[in-house]
Amino acid sequence: MANASIAGEAPGRPKYGSMSRDRTWALRWSYFFLVLFAIFFLMPPIYMLITSLKTSAEISAATNPWWISNPTLQNYIDLLSQNHFLVFFRNSAIVSICVVILTMMISVIAAFALARMKFWGSATLATGVFLTYLIPETLLFIPLFKMFSWVNEVFGIQLMNHWWTMIILYPTLTVPFATWIMIGYFASIPKELDEAALIDGATWMQTLTKIFIPVALPGIIAATIFTFTVAWAQFLYPLAFTTSTSELVLPVGIITTLIKGDVFNWGQIMTGALLGAAPPLIIYAFLMDYYIAGLTAGATKG
Amino acid sequence: MADIAARNPAGHPTQQRSSLHKLMQRKSTIAFLMALPLILLITILVAYPAGYAVYLATLNKGMTRFVGFGNFEFLFGRDTFWLVVYQSCLFAITAVIFKAIIGFVVAHFVHNIPAKGQRKWRGMLLVPWVIPPAMSTLAWLWLFDPSYSALNWVLEGVGLSGIPWTGEAGWARFSVILVNVWIGSPFFMIMYLAALKSVPEQLYEAASIDGATWWQRIWYVTLPMMRNIIAITALFSLIVTFANFDIVRVLTAGGPLNSTHIFGTWAFRVGIEGGDIPLGAAVSLFMVPILAVAATFILRDITKRGSEV
Repeated sequence: MANASIAGEAPGRPKYGSMSRDRTWALRWSYFFLVLFAIFFLMPPIYMLITSLKTSAEISAATNPWWISNPTLQNYIDLLSQNHFLVFFRNSAIVSICVVILTMMISVIAAFALARMKFWGSATLATGVFLTYLIPETLLFIPLFKMFSWVNEVFGIQLMNHWWTMIILYPTLTVPFATWIMIGYFASIPKELDEAALIDGATWMQTLTKIFIPVALPGIIAATIFTFTVAWAQFLYPLAFTTSTSELVLPVGIITTLIKGDVFNWGQIMTGALLGAAPPLIIYAFLMDYYIAGLTAGATKG
Repeated sequence: MADIAARNPAGHPTQQRSSLHKLMQRKSTIAFLMALPLILLITILVAYPAGYAVYLATLNKGMTRFVGFGNFEFLFGRDTFWLVVYQSCLFAITAVIFKAIIGFVVAHFVHNIPAKGQRKWRGMLLVPWVIPPAMSTLAWLWLFDPSYSALNWVLEGVGLSGIPWTGEAGWARFSVILVNVWIGSPFFMIMYLAALKSVPEQLYEAASIDGATWWQRIWYVTLPMMRNIIAITALFSLIVTFANFDIVRVLTAGGPLNSTHIFGTWAFRVGIEGGDIPLGAAVSLFMVPILAVAATFILRDITKRGSEV
């Protein structure tokens, strides 16, 4: 397509003949390298799929690992009929959905307050939100571990080894960045809009629900997708705080139950990994543009 | 609100001031209440644990006695600790440099092709970033498998010898960096692509009229225009890479012989698995200086960008 349009321009402007030839070559090289990079970037997920469709016998045979001679869905059937796996999936789904709801409620309201209704210390708090967003979970899991045993001693509430503890913990990772993204989106809404609403007698809550949320909907969708992706993918907290098989979430469950000692059932591991990667991938496939808009707007962690 | 009221000179000044005052008071109270869940969350589950980590690091293993800098002195005397410091820096710095370079190069290729196809390529190249890291690292673990490595099969197919990806210290270090680069460079690509699109086309036209080569165009036009976004992205990534856990944990679990442990994974090994919570807290605190430096620069850049706009 592009070649044709460049070639079409050329006769009209013969002077730039060499330049357009350069362009054509630059284009060909670009496609060549893009194909190479796409192979590099897509190789692991594709290999997951290939392995998940093989029998154990074929996996351990010394044949071409990149080719499936007897495609089978046995790994999927085995895994989905296992009670463990369905429990992991349920735990992950409930945790992620609750975290998304909780995060969006806290952060949209707080971002509105910080972006529009200045109060004493609101600028400091906005900076504080940004700083919290830079604090990694690797710094917090050890003190949290100790705090949980303290809560158990004092209040008698056992937070350790329960999947629902993750609903309390994950917002520490998702709320700061969702708030940060939403502050950015809300700040870009013209002041005249909310001033008009206030003059018409709207309360602050009405201004938020009737004006800010609809106008900033793309931002809210982006923040929701990110929150879901982060909550679904979180690995350190569930690994540190849950141990019983019935309390694990999907990523930890796959790694701790399918890898038994030195025995690796790779067909099932890859099937589990692929199914674990599926929800974020499906959401991404449908809402890619929101995802990318949110990524470049919020300068998310990388 | 205050602006509107101030711009409207009609009405009774005294009455207006008092009602305005009341309104302001009410508004700030409402705003504070709206932000309260956020404040509580940050205080209880982020700020307090962060401070508590410092206190924990000064206790003995049974957490019964104050030992001051005892844990730190103990760490300084251990070879493994210095290995972890070395590996954390090597891992984070190398990975960020390669992510930035690959992201920059790929962003250029995507930018070069006609706009219609860009969305498709961009979508495809961002896939590694979307998959949960623990899951994609499992795929890499299987690609690196000592006996059935599909990568070694390809290498042997073209006449090279197989590589002990996770079995030998040097290669294991290479492997964890490779996986990190694979996961992280799509993010750089997206950021740089967005930045590339904001560089005015006229600058390139002017440069090519002046006879600039493609290299000069990148060096004198693209890089200066993108400097801010390159810095912010790299600093962000430095923080996250430095504090990484998933990749190293799943791929090598710190082995062989602790050669791939970074602060996060070693703190987990010592603090949770080894049961020495204070020592684990002390290990994880060593991330703070680098995080603080990076965070300061990011904040400075962001406020600078904010004041430009």
